[in-house]
Amino acid sequence: MYSEKVMDHFNNPRNVGELEDPSGVGTVGNAKCGDIMRMYLDIDENGIIQEAKFKTFGCGAAVATSSMATELVKGKTVQEALQVTNKAVMEALDGLPPVKVHCSLLAEEAIHAALWDYAQKHDLKIEGLQRPVNDIGEIEEVEEEEY
Amino acid sequence: MKEGDKMNRLIYLDNAATTKVSEEVFDAMKPFFTEYYGNPSSIYTFAGEGKKAIDEARSTIAKALGAKPEEIYFTAGGSESDNWALKATAEAYSNKGKHIITTTIEHHAILHTCEYLQRNGFEVTYINVDEDGVIKLDELKAAIRPDTILISVMAANNEIGTVQPIAEIGRIAKENGIFFHTDAVQAFGHIPLNVDEMKIDMLSASGHKIHGPKGIGFLYIRKGIKIGSFVHGGAQERKRRAGTHNVPGIVGFGKAVELAMANLETTMAYESKLRDHFIARVEKEIPYARLNGHRTNRLPNNVNFCFRFIEGESMLILLDQKGVCASSGSACTSGSLDPSHVLLAIGLPHEIAHGSLRATLSKETTIEEIDFVVDELKGIIERLRNMSPLYEDFAAKNKAAVN
Repeated sequence: MYSEKVMDHFNNPRNVGELEDPSGVGTVGNAKCGDIMRMYLDIDENGIIQEAKFKTFGCGAAVATSSMATELVKGKTVQEALQVTNKAVMEALDGLPPVKVHCSLLAEEAIHAALWDYAQKHDLKIEGLQRPVNDIGEIEEVEEEEY
Repeated sequence: MKEGDKMNRLIYLDNAATTKVSEEVFDAMKPFFTEYYGNPSSIYTFAGEGKKAIDEARSTIAKALGAKPEEIYFTAGGSESDNWALKATAEAYSNKGKHIITTTIEHHAILHTCEYLQRNGFEVTYINVDEDGVIKLDELKAAIRPDTILISVMAANNEIGTVQPIAEIGRIAKENGIFFHTDAVQAFGHIPLNVDEMKIDMLSASGHKIHGPKGIGFLYIRKGIKIGSFVHGGAQERKRRAGTHNVPGIVGFGKAVELAMANLETTMAYESKLRDHFIARVEKEIPYARLNGHRTNRLPNNVNFCFRFIEGESMLILLDQKGVCASSGSACTSGSLDPSHVLLAIGLPHEIAHGSLRATLSKETTIEEIDFVVDELKGIIERLRNMSPLYEDFAAKNKAAVN
């Protein structure tokens, strides 16, 4: 069902983890659909993304698209990172099954959400950047139960 | 994935999806492909072997249910039987009423048929289940109306394994003069069922869930119920179900039932022991796991857990890489993004319902296999939790609470 590239990024995800004091962090997704992605970015004073990390709750495609998205934005300027679209993520992974295309969209939104947070924190205006629709800020509290 | 990563062993824990045809079943079927291939409806002697074999299978199956042979109608499987029972009852008894009662956790063969009937002028009430997946009997009683013609409740749930109080439901239906159908696809041949003791009027079952072949099932229809044909054509099955008999399938089904019933208690005891070992190890060794389904009133071969903070498909892919076949309540893998309607019906929130694992055992499953799976599962869940933002937030909150 998945391409070799998707399976590679699922089995050996690049850049899993967190960043302390990131320049920007964004969480997008929807527990209802079963995918939540969080992206951390470290952006230097020249506006270049030095480091990108992610955490993802989701299916194989969600993990792979997050992993690929972090790879694609690293070393890029903020403006260049904005050009990393869901299509670019999908192409880099040699495609996704139709029902999983939304995962690549979520990966694009995760980048935007992290950049949005960076812009807010640093009082910047990034040309062409809007707050993504699936930006969920903080994850809603999971109801506490005995498990 | 590199080929070398894949272990040579295959651990098949998806017996609720389908089972391996047992050697004895396969051997019984073989002659009916190449030797006794005659159409059993034909008049010449050569066709007689097939006819005789069908009669035997029908008797074996009837006996397993405490039914009469002429009350067993062979179909192409569980879905056809469910469709037939519901649509034909609706059609035959619509002058009495147009109301049907079922539950929120039925198989889609029932739920989608009910939706079809709703689009065609029938009303359907879906009874809720409790947190263990047991039907709420007071809701069932309250839902009964003068125009209710049918109650359809599955004998055991295919995802979470909960066994329903079928005899009690049968009694309620009978007291109110309503037909009672049960989808017993997961229960038949796995737990004892008796149509008279349980006051069952119609019952659906399938061959491939009990080490029989695919493409064969039956509908039990109690004598006196006047439902019509679903598949029109020839005069097979007492003119109620047309189509040339699937002789090898029927023979295989009969053999599978014979074996299942001869070993019913032994198999139940064996599978329950493995099941409880699986459950006990997970509960002891994997934190934030929730057993889905009733702890004791459950199919002997069903294990179903939700693991918080992770998603089912990722878990299944990683298990597959270890040679383990299991499934998830999450229908994600089958093309739908919605989590299981059964897990939502027992009250789980979406993000937890997404992280479910269903492992269904068979008489061939071993304790070593179970131990291997639990050992692997521990690592897989830890790995996925370490990359889960939900777990990150949960851990941060816990840490804050401690400090």
